[in-house]
Amino acid sequence: MGPENEVILSIRNLTVHYYGLRGAVKAVDNVSFDVMRNEVLGIVGESGSGKSTLALAILRLLPPNSRIVSGSILYNGVDLTRLNEKEMREIRWSKISLVPQAALNALNPTMSIREHFIETARAHGIRDKSLVIEKSKELLELLRLEPRRVLSSYPHELSGGMKQRVLIALSLLLDPELLILDEPTTALDVLTQRAILDLLKDIKSKLNITMIFITHDIAVIADLADRVAVMYAGKVFEVGDVYTIFKSPYNPYTKALIRSIPSITGRVEEMKPIPGSPPDLVRPPSGCRFHPRCEERVEICSKKEPPYIMVRPGHYVLCWLYKLGG
Amino acid sequence: MSKSGTPLIEVRGLKVYFPVRKGLFGKKGIVKAVDGVDLKIFEGDIITLVGESGCGKTTLGKTIAGLLKPTEGSILFKGKDVSKLSKKEYSEYRRSIQIVHQDPYASLNPTKTVFQILSYPLIKWGLARRGSELEERVRELLTLVGLTPPEEFMRKYPHQLSGGQRQRVAIARAISVHPRLIVADEPITMIDVSLRLGILDLMLDLRKKIGTSYLFITHDFGAARYFSAKGGGRVAVMYLGKIIEMGPAEEVIQNPLHPYTKALIEAVPVPDPTISKKKRMPKLRSLDIPSPLNPPSGCKFHTRCIHYMEICSKKEPPLIEAKPGHYVACWLYEGRG
Ligand SMILES: Nc1ncnc2c1ncn2[C@@H]1O[C@H](COP(=O)(O)OP(=O)(O)OP(=O)(O)O)[C@@H](O)[C@H]1O
Ligand SMILES: Nc1ncnc2c1ncn2[C@@H]1O[C@H](COP(=O)(O)OP(=O)(O)OP(=O)(O)O)[C@@H](O)[C@H]1O
Ligand SMILES: [Mg+2]
Ligand SMILES: [Mg+2]
Repeated sequence: MGPENEVILSIRNLTVHYYGLRGAVKAVDNVSFDVMRNEVLGIVGESGSGKSTLALAILRLLPPNSRIVSGSILYNGVDLTRLNEKEMREIRWSKISLVPQAALNALNPTMSIREHFIETARAHGIRDKSLVIEKSKELLELLRLEPRRVLSSYPHELSGGMKQRVLIALSLLLDPELLILDEPTTALDVLTQRAILDLLKDIKSKLNITMIFITHDIAVIADLADRVAVMYAGKVFEVGDVYTIFKSPYNPYTKALIRSIPSITGRVEEMKPIPGSPPDLVRPPSGCRFHPRCEERVEICSKKEPPYIMVRPGHYVLCWLYKLGG
Repeated sequence: MSKSGTPLIEVRGLKVYFPVRKGLFGKKGIVKAVDGVDLKIFEGDIITLVGESGCGKTTLGKTIAGLLKPTEGSILFKGKDVSKLSKKEYSEYRRSIQIVHQDPYASLNPTKTVFQILSYPLIKWGLARRGSELEERVRELLTLVGLTPPEEFMRKYPHQLSGGQRQRVAIARAISVHPRLIVADEPITMIDVSLRLGILDLMLDLRKKIGTSYLFITHDFGAARYFSAKGGGRVAVMYLGKIIEMGPAEEVIQNPLHPYTKALIEAVPVPDPTISKKKRMPKLRSLDIPSPLNPPSGCKFHTRCIHYMEICSKKEPPLIEAKPGHYVACWLYEGRG
């Protein structure tokens, strides 16, 4: 186990654009944050806020119409944005692994689960099939699946929750030290979602692994994350430990987002929507991207982009209120 | 239920089955999507149907709205079986029950402007004459659903609107014909998180202004609670085609009676790390939802229930009033009804 507070991934001033007919979509804009070894960092944000783009950028799996415009992604001190494809291939899966969004349909319907494991290992230069099967069985057991039955199944024979667990097992096949999960519980029913969350908590305590957990569901974040990064319109608006984020958030967007969640706990009277709607990322608002919807905006907010302010150790906020000594 | 008089809609012993074939040459089977539901909806009522995917919420909603025919049982509109209505009465029934669908992207015709989309039902049902009257009505509707200034939105096409704005157009279309009941089938599932409560608030606000009742369908217990509690309504929990628990929103969510409802409430994550982090999978005999092609005998939850007793697999429990206004279908509460 690495020392505490050791940074495993450090993202600095990262900007990613997509290029389309209407111009550049500023999907990730000047984003900075750190991921600590052995923590679960939750990334939460509404649809289109840039969460998946961020995940794809880390693994350098962005589609051809997009580009990392600037910034760096330091993984154990190495800037991933500067590696070539061959060097990246050595990192993917064996060091940093991704369970992509909507991956349930990504399994090949003509291949058994056994073949998925063997194929994945082979693509990374491991040809010893019996070794791969041994490891797969271990992982499937860890995810509370019956290895024998599941390995000989085809994707259509498994339920959504089982497929999701197979995908997580597959992502762990080469013992990565950083696992990125993009909306792993979103399409699942309450009880299946609960089962997956329990398993991820289990995996976290049994394996020395760091996780980035991406979701639009802030309640799920509260369940699993140690620290949270809140995204809005391509920006990380606040990063801090999970208790502070939920109990006394600093950024007005974080506050508004938490209030907008209908929950089975808390007072119904205190829940309310955020006025307005998320911006167009081809022409985002000037200054702070949240200012048109913000209840606490002041004059400068529409004029100048706020910088990251450290409001307490390890807790950063993108908001003028704190620069002004508020 | 203390309400008296004739309900707007009464669902009696409703069963809706779908014949299906497993695989191309597989054997035929029957999906019992709705399998014995009784429900009364009075004027002004708010009922939220909540339950996991495939439990029959949409099928029940569509059958109430007249889009599907009962396999068994009946739907009564103002006390009359809808299969026995005259042509004129049937037409009034269909106009009185409107549906708002889950997908605001698929439910609006992309080649029509908002004005055209909203004019169509007004003309079809003879509620406005073409010209200034029609325009005035459309303007009123847009204002009512918060799309202002209306002149600007009238000219737009669906692709020029956000998900939340489209859902507002869909709601405007539903209320345009003066319905008495709106079946809102997952109306907030596909829109941005920060806009969801805005749509629910709009629906509640419209009830005050025009007095419709709602059957709100969702798989999200938080949304069910918000809508029904804020509107003073009831929550009904479905499992494999049956309503297994029903009562005032806060009562069902805070003090669930059915072991299935209890498990769901226990499992659902909440935006509070001190509570959420302690949550673990509730104890169940099995994680698997039985196939609706071959549902368990007796209580359909008995294969998963930790309180399983002998009677549970033999006899189906009736929906009884275990506490005032709080109904449950479970043998544990036998004798309390
Ligand atoms: N292939 C693409 N081409 C052009 N624009 C894209 C592409 N993929 C994403 N975008 C745009 O980039 C922005 C960020 O998208 P992204 O998928 O990263 O968001 P997200 O936070 O993952 O959303 P969701 O919760 O819906 O998954 C959005 O405005 C989106 O429309
Ligand atoms: N037209 C149909 N033909 C065959 N089976 C159907 C049909 N419509 C629904 N079903 C089946 O009936 C059951 C109930 O479906 P329904 O859509 O009513 O559930 P639901 O509760 O609305 O689910 P969801 O939350 O996923 O929308 C499911 O098993 C479904 O597969
Ligand atoms: Mg995404
Ligand atoms: Mg449905």
